[in-house]
Amino acid sequence: MESSRRNFMKIGGACALGLGALPIVKAYAKNEKPQVAPDSKALVATKWAMVIDMKKCWEKGKPGCKDCLLACHSVHNVPEIKTIKEEIKWIWNEQYEHAFPGQENHFLPEEIRQKPFIVLCNHCTNPPCVRVCPTKATFKRKDGITMMDYHRCIGCRYCMAGCPYGARSFNFRDPRPYIQTELNMTYPTRERGVVEKCSFCDERLAVGLLPACVEACKCGALCFGDIEDPNSEVRKLLASRFTIRRKPELGTQPSVYYIV
Amino acid sequence: MKIYNAKPILIGLAIFIGLATFPLWFNMGKAAPPPDPKLDTPVIQRMAVKQCIMPKDQMRTEHMQLLNDWRTEVVRNNNRIYTASDGKQYNMSLQNECMNCHSNKSQFCDQCHIYAGLQADATPYCWTCHIAPKENK
Ligand code: HEC
Ligand code: HEC
Ligand code: HEC
Repeated sequence: MESSRRNFMKIGGACALGLGALPIVKAYAKNEKPQVAPDSKALVATKWAMVIDMKKCWEKGKPGCKDCLLACHSVHNVPEIKTIKEEIKWIWNEQYEHAFPGQENHFLPEEIRQKPFIVLCNHCTNPPCVRVCPTKATFKRKDGITMMDYHRCIGCRYCMAGCPYGARSFNFRDPRPYIQTELNMTYPTRERGVVEKCSFCDERLAVGLLPACVEACKCGALCFGDIEDPNSEVRKLLASRFTIRRKPELGTQPSVYYIV
Repeated sequence: MKIYNAKPILIGLAIFIGLATFPLWFNMGKAAPPPDPKLDTPVIQRMAVKQCIMPKDQMRTEHMQLLNDWRTEVVRNNNRIYTASDGKQYNMSLQNECMNCHSNKSQFCDQCHIYAGLQADATPYCWTCHIAPKENK
C-alpha cells in the first residue's frame, strides 16, 4: 500500500484527536455506572494501633475477667476447640514469658510472671505473613490493618509459619459444630481448610463502631486509635507511659503496645 | 447383498442402539420443570416497587458477577456502600443485603441453582461460611 507523507500525518492527527477524547468518553461512561464508596459513618485512620494497659486490666478488672476475649469470639463466630493443636484464637491470654520471650528474668514481680497478658494479631507494619502468602489472601490495608481475604485462602499455612506471634489459627475441621456462643447471623463463619485471625474488627470500623474487645472492656484497659494522629488517645498514652511491644527484635513493628 | 452372521449382528446392533440412546428415552416425558424462584418473602412483600439491585434480566445473568465485585470491594478495597444506577444505595453484603430480601434461600436461590446443576451440596459453596437465613421449612 502506498501512502503519502501528507496522508500519514492526517491519520496520525486523527488518532491523536481520538486519544485526546478518551477522558471525556470515560467520564461520560462513568456517570452511567454504579458507584461504590465507604460508609459515611466509617471510622478512618492513617494507621490503626492499640495500646493495652495490663496494669489497669489486672487492677480494675474482676479476677479472671474474659470480657474482651468473649466479645471478640462471639461477634466473629469463633469456634471453641479445646486441643492446643486445633484451637482457634483471635485474642487470647498468654503468660509473660511466652508473650515477651527474651525480656524475662527470674526476679520479675510475681504479678508480671503469673498474670495473663492479652494478645492478638499485632497488625505489624512489616508483616511476615503477608510476605509469605502465595495468593495474597492476607494483605496490608492502607490504614495498617493486616487483612484476611478468606475467599482467597488456600490453607497452605505459610502465614502461620511466618507469624512469630502465633496469631493465626488453621481450621482443621468444620468449625460450625464448635461455635459455643450464639451465632452472629450478620458475620460469616469460616470453613475447614482456611486460616483465620483478628482483623481489628474491620467490619465494625466500617460502620463506625470500635473493635468488639475495646468496646467490651469495662475498665478501659484497651485503647484503640490512629497512631499517626498526634492528638489521638493512643498517642497520648504512648507519650506519657512506658510501653513495650512483642518481639521487637524481629523488626516486624507491631501496632499493639503494652503498658506493664 | 448378503450379511454373514446376520442374526447376532442385528441383535448386537439393536442392543447397542438401545444402550446408546438410553439417556434420551429414559428421561422421556420427564423434563425437569423450569425453576420457579419465589419472591414471597416478608421484606419483598412490603416493597412498594418490587425491584432488585439491577433490572431482573440483568440480575438473572449477572448476579454472580455482582457478588464477586461486592466481595472484592468490601474485603479488599474497604468499600461497603453500592450506589445502583438508579441512585438507590445498598450495603454490599451477601448475608445482610441479598438475603435480607431473599430470605427464602431454598425457594429462591436454590431453585435455580439445582436446576442449573450447580453442585447440589454446596449451591454455591458460599454457604459453608456465609450463614444462610433461617427458614421455617
Ligand atoms: C431490596 C430487596 C432486594 C435485594 C437487596 C436484592 N434483591 Fe434480588 N430481587 C428482589 C426483587 C423484588 C426481585 C424481583 C424483580 C422483578 O420481578 O423485577 C428480585 C429478583 C432477583 C433475581 C431474578 C429472579 C428471577 O426470577 O429471575 C435474582 C437472581 C436476584 N434477585 C438475586 C439477588 C442477589 C444475588 C442479591 C444480592 C446481590 C439481591 N437479589 C438483592 C429484591 C431484592
Ligand atoms: C433465575 C435463576 C437464579 C436465581 C434466582 C439465583 N441464581 Fe445464582 N446462579 C444462577 C445460575 C444459572 C448460575 C450458574 C452460572 C454458571 O455456572 O455459569 C448461578 C450462579 C451463582 C453464583 C456463582 C456460583 C459459582 O460457583 O460460580 C453465585 C455466588 C450465586 N449464583 C448466588 C446466588 C444467590 C445468593 C442467589 C439468591 C439471592 C441466587 N444466586 C439466585 C441462577 C440463579
Ligand atoms: C472461607 C469462608 C468463606 C467462603 C467460602 C465465602 N466467604 Fe464471603 N466472606 C467471608 C468472610 C469471613 C467475610 C467477611 C470479611 C470481613 O468483613 O472481614 C466475607 C465477606 C463477603 C462479602 C462482603 C461482606 C458481606 O457481609 O457479605 C461478600 C459479598 C461475600 N463474602 C461473598 C461471597 C460469595 C458470593 C461467596 C461464594 C461464592 C463467598 N463469599 C464465600 C468468608 C467466606
